[in-house]
Amino acid sequence: MNFETTIGLEVHVELKTKSKMFSPSANEFGDTPNMNTNVIDWGYPGVLPKVNKGAVDFGMRAALALNATIAQDNHFDRKNYFYPDNPKAYQVTQFEQPIGHDGWVEVHLSNGTTKKIGIEELHLEEDAGKNTHTGQYSYVDLNRQGTPLIEIVSKPDMTTPEEAYEYMETLRQVIQFTGVSDVKMEEGSLRVDANISLRPIGQKEYGVKTELKNINSFTYLRKGLEYEEKRQAQILLSGGQIRQETRGFNENTGETVLQRIKEGSDDYRYFPEPDIPPLQISDKWIDEVRASIPEMPHERRKRYINDFGLTENDAQVLTSTLEMANFFEETVKQGADAKLVSNWLQGEVSAYMNAQKLDLQETKLTPENLATMINLITDGTISSKIAKKVFKETITNGTEPKQWVEDKGMVQLSDPAKLLPMITEVLDNNGQSIDDFKNGKDRAIGFLVGQIMKQTHGQANPKVVNQLLISELKKR
Amino acid sequence: MAISKEQVTHVADLARLSFTDEELGQFTDQLSQITDMFNELQEVDTKGVEPMTHVVDLVNVLRDDVPAAANPQEREALLKNAPDAEDGYIKVPAILDNEGDDGE
Repeated sequence: MNFETTIGLEVHVELKTKSKMFSPSANEFGDTPNMNTNVIDWGYPGVLPKVNKGAVDFGMRAALALNATIAQDNHFDRKNYFYPDNPKAYQVTQFEQPIGHDGWVEVHLSNGTTKKIGIEELHLEEDAGKNTHTGQYSYVDLNRQGTPLIEIVSKPDMTTPEEAYEYMETLRQVIQFTGVSDVKMEEGSLRVDANISLRPIGQKEYGVKTELKNINSFTYLRKGLEYEEKRQAQILLSGGQIRQETRGFNENTGETVLQRIKEGSDDYRYFPEPDIPPLQISDKWIDEVRASIPEMPHERRKRYINDFGLTENDAQVLTSTLEMANFFEETVKQGADAKLVSNWLQGEVSAYMNAQKLDLQETKLTPENLATMINLITDGTISSKIAKKVFKETITNGTEPKQWVEDKGMVQLSDPAKLLPMITEVLDNNGQSIDDFKNGKDRAIGFLVGQIMKQTHGQANPKVVNQLLISELKKR
Repeated sequence: MAISKEQVTHVADLARLSFTDEELGQFTDQLSQITDMFNELQEVDTKGVEPMTHVVDLVNVLRDDVPAAANPQEREALLKNAPDAEDGYIKVPAILDNEGDDGE
């Protein structure tokens, strides 16, 4: 029997507003525990939560960037549950009427095709606090309590783990470019839960699904889904039944493991939040938010290809993160050649970031310094070999390349008046090579250039040396 | 009876409440009377009436995204009012991972 896989993803994105969703506490955590909390965040009776307009703006911006339709009549609902990370015993969310619905993103797949993945809905809600468990006790920090979130629920449109992976990549990119979130999985500002089920090809009803939770990276998401696909197929092929359950991904074994068996549906007793009046979104408000959406990745890619003559692939890599794209554009603005900037960013810069496990903005590299360095190469001031040293210095210590190159005497030797005496000397000492050259052995030139480079500790301009050598050889 | 004893027990469980058998019987009666009353309201013809979620005539009560400065005194008072606190954290009996819901 052959199966068809169905995957749907639920993604939580923390919005980087300055204050919380329903209270004016600062939207910052990692600070002193419980410092950014007030009576609203603690759920004291009688408090009056008030909606943060900035969070609504951000939620709408994300929804519009994901091609969703904005609901104009909104209200909030209470989702009731007990857990110490939220002392109110309910989360304020949008259950009945999400702020956005029927969006989509287009994902690029490795076989060169693209696919449109639907977004069922996006709703605004608040995050919970953070628990630290140690032995007998758990310790609660409510700094995160009330952070604005958007939950993005995909349609069950994905049929392979690769599609799920690419959907996440695209979602992350689009949201990052809107500027409403850092969308960093390692920092928890982006979280994903995956639902996956199998059904025999041709069957209309979906199979029983399992839910993958607490996934730490896109790669683990893909691996977890791949494992789950195989596990479910094996069970079904051997005549078994899939149990509706929550599973986690074990990064060490690459397997998914049972976390919780779901019995019946959860009973959250939703009801309209009485403390927050309805939210009506006018056409004018929607237009304002639409106008505030910055240039999206696909628009930038188009511009890079048309204006800078980059390839589709170059444009893809450069727009993979907002900071990379901005860095690229800023460096080009500083007067460096776009193709060279693209090569450096994808080559040496990315290699350095990977090796040091740093984000671009965590390195000491600036667009000004990268542009200066590239121009030093193109105008022949430094050799590409020296450039590697200069690059290492400027990305590690933030050193200004031009001054550094001069101070260190690394300027490339291009002056014929200085090079000629050396060439004469080398030729005088290598009669055999002159003979070789006369006998048509071009390799002799390579040897001679090498000798000059050795003498100048790599600082001679190979192009100039080459030209001088040939003309000198011809004279002998 | 509009409401069964099992339903009352279920709702009580969800609210982390426990009752004696006698109390359960009493609440089942009372809750049934309440739902009966609401059933009477169901008879009103609401054709063409928009559903409403609030009784007050307010919409769009919004706040600009301006953070308030942290207030150490308020924090101190809140922590003091918690059943137990340690190093600025609220201290609660250990919660098993993956039990209950994490608010998402």
